[in-house]
Amino acid sequence: MFAYYFELGLRSLRRNPALTALMVMAIGFGVAASMITYSVFRAVSGNPIPEKSAQLFTPQIDSWGPQQNLKGEPADALNYIDAMALMRAHRARRQTLLYGVGMSVLPSGNDSLPVAANGYAVYGDFFPMFEVPFLYGGGWNTADDDRRAAVVVLSEEFNQKLFDGANSVGREITLDGHDYRIAGVTRHWDPQPRFFSLFNTSGFKDATDFYLPFTRALDVQANPGSNSCRGHMDFSGWDGWLRSSCVWATPWVELDSAVEVARYGKFLEDYATDQQRAGRFAWAPNVRLRNVMQWLDYQHVVPPESRISLLVSLGFFAICLVNTIGLLLAKFLRRAGEIGIRRALGASRREIYTQYLIEAATVGLAGGVLGLLLTTVGISGVGLLFQPQIARLAHLDFSLVALTLAVAILATVVAAFYPAWRAARVQPAWQLKSN
Amino acid sequence: MLQIKPVLAALKRHKAGTVLIGLQIALTLAIVCNALFLIQQKVTHLSRTTGIVESDLLTVGSEWTNASGVEVGSLVRTDLQTLRQLPGVADVGVSYGYPLRGGGWNDGVSTKPDAKQSAALAWRFFVDDHVLSVLGAKLIAGRNFRPDEIRVVDSHNLVTPAQLIITKALADKVYPNQSALGKPLYIAAATSPSTIIGIIDHLQGGSASSWSDAISDYVVLEPKLLTDKSNAYLVRAQPGQLSAITKVVRTALFKTNRMRIIPDGEGEGAGVRSFAQVREQAYKSDRGMAIIMSVICAVLLIITAAGIVGLTSFWVSQRRKQIGVRRALGATRGDILSYFLAENFLISLGGVLAGIVLALGMSLWLVMHFETQRLSLPYVLVGVLLLLLLGQAATLAPALRASRVSPVEATRST
Repeated sequence: MFAYYFELGLRSLRRNPALTALMVMAIGFGVAASMITYSVFRAVSGNPIPEKSAQLFTPQIDSWGPQQNLKGEPADALNYIDAMALMRAHRARRQTLLYGVGMSVLPSGNDSLPVAANGYAVYGDFFPMFEVPFLYGGGWNTADDDRRAAVVVLSEEFNQKLFDGANSVGREITLDGHDYRIAGVTRHWDPQPRFFSLFNTSGFKDATDFYLPFTRALDVQANPGSNSCRGHMDFSGWDGWLRSSCVWATPWVELDSAVEVARYGKFLEDYATDQQRAGRFAWAPNVRLRNVMQWLDYQHVVPPESRISLLVSLGFFAICLVNTIGLLLAKFLRRAGEIGIRRALGASRREIYTQYLIEAATVGLAGGVLGLLLTTVGISGVGLLFQPQIARLAHLDFSLVALTLAVAILATVVAAFYPAWRAARVQPAWQLKSN
Repeated sequence: MLQIKPVLAALKRHKAGTVLIGLQIALTLAIVCNALFLIQQKVTHLSRTTGIVESDLLTVGSEWTNASGVEVGSLVRTDLQTLRQLPGVADVGVSYGYPLRGGGWNDGVSTKPDAKQSAALAWRFFVDDHVLSVLGAKLIAGRNFRPDEIRVVDSHNLVTPAQLIITKALADKVYPNQSALGKPLYIAAATSPSTIIGIIDHLQGGSASSWSDAISDYVVLEPKLLTDKSNAYLVRAQPGQLSAITKVVRTALFKTNRMRIIPDGEGEGAGVRSFAQVREQAYKSDRGMAIIMSVICAVLLIITAAGIVGLTSFWVSQRRKQIGVRRALGATRGDILSYFLAENFLISLGGVLAGIVLALGMSLWLVMHFETQRLSLPYVLVGVLLLLLLGQAATLAPALRASRVSPVEATRST
């Protein structure tokens, strides 16, 4: 029966080509606009580390005070003094500080032109904490952190660039004129958004090339890519800057249970209270402890363009559906005579209802196919609105294809509920009488 | 003459279709006037001027890999000489920070020492004595920096500069109703003041992002060369020479000293960018949003119009017999035409009224969630007119077809 109704549906589509084309286009454009914007939204709003996002927390401590902080919220990173205090206290199972650094490297010996490389200064705990996968070797340990070792971990892509993908563990590379021994090479690892490093940057950045010990980075005075300062800035030299109000280090801790989270929150409060007592802070403790998803939300990682364009597209789709309801109504009721005859010949209301829903589903299918074509074209145009780092995340995969077709068919069938119901209610007697 | 009563009576028999067209018009109005408003805001945003002569201007970012401190000062001087000798180059300056660069340095400034709160937040551009003339920024009071005033420093040793040049907007903000020339200014809560020696008419800050809109015209120029930041050479080309210089500039600099990074590529991080590219990249998302919204508006209006055509055609075909009867009883073609136009007008009016409420509600929601501006009334009016006209235009073809129904139809049985 389904196949027969499907065929009837196809035949009916051919009968009013203009009306059919209109419906198919409405569904196609509506579903394509929604899918294009959804493909971006899906990419930017996802959980970058689903298995651990509830265990990873970034502590914040207000070191600027109520007059200079961010409308009551503490700064988005820590200054050197507070960052070091947290590390020394070591109240979490795993902990790291990190900041982004840019360095130069000579890819093939001293005669080549230097290239820029982006990296992070981190503690050894960074790798197990964020479950960074390794291709060769591994990270470094706490002892290396403490002795400020000149070691480095390369990314798979950077290792490919420098060593043609060979196992480079144990070899040396020179970054900004300093030598480092390669401890490991990660597998491709680029969580989107890059939740762990959001200070003064967007969550979508170019690939990471290397990781080096935080302690070592301070020794070579590697400038953080960005810092935010308050109050007096007439410090002199690197050490003066370290002791200033400037914040730049992002801390992360791993806390496995609610008890640990509560304990760590208490520790932060106590630390801030101690600082107040010691006269360093002239204000009551103002601390935060946010996990990954809370942090992404607080930092507004999803670009407003993405939300607005998704909402506008959904509104657009809704209008297309209202349009489709009207057109289906016109299309179905035009055949009132035909329905009357079928009903008179014994077809039940349910059968009429089913037939017209299936006919709507064929419209939906056609709309879905058109929508799929438009989505493919549209996704390549995402770069018009978004920065390339975001635009390349939007892609057509199997799940999006399936979703496009499913949404198109389902939405059209839902839109057909009322027109099909009206069709099923046609009184056979009236229709037969007038003929 | 138009008769509303029979139209209303007929609409009662087509409740579903009436509601659907009305709903579609309401939703379309809500989206279209908000989208038009958004487009207008984006266009205003990206039409702001930078205060500089944007044509024939090249920016070249270069970072040293093996040099620091004073050494950088002499390397930069060599670079400047090299660049000035390139054919087609009019003048070159070096700066950390320029309009629309895509980020940079900003700090609070105040007119008193130890001010608890700064008078304004401002962009800090660290420039040499050539930058003002290279950019073509207009000095309206005071003087430019002298070569001997330029200090070579790194960002962790920011001695307070003796002289500053600021934009007029900033001058008016910190010294309202008086001339700021010769007055002191404290940068980033410095303990000693700098003297304002020059005021420029207008210069835009380092970012086009909306977060910096409030401080977009507040710029402080300091006579400094930062040794540990990625400076840019600002190259003023002689008319028509820009592309020729763009081709050779990278090679010329690497020939002078190869221990440097000039990022290649096209995007925001690229080392060599014409100012046209700088502007394009700075306003990329604004322009993209305006284009996408325009496309969505256009498609939306087409689909709504097509929907009205479809349903009205259906109604006309349903009522052929009634139309025939009316014609036979003496109604003119014009009567039939105006009947359908009036019918659409009534439905559209209802839809538009609901749409105004929806549009304002949607705007309020956007204001709450995205910190956009409140929809202004003229946009609603434009949207209302647009949709009423669209409705009439879409009804015209089916209504004309209706008016051509012959009175003979009255006698046919179907």
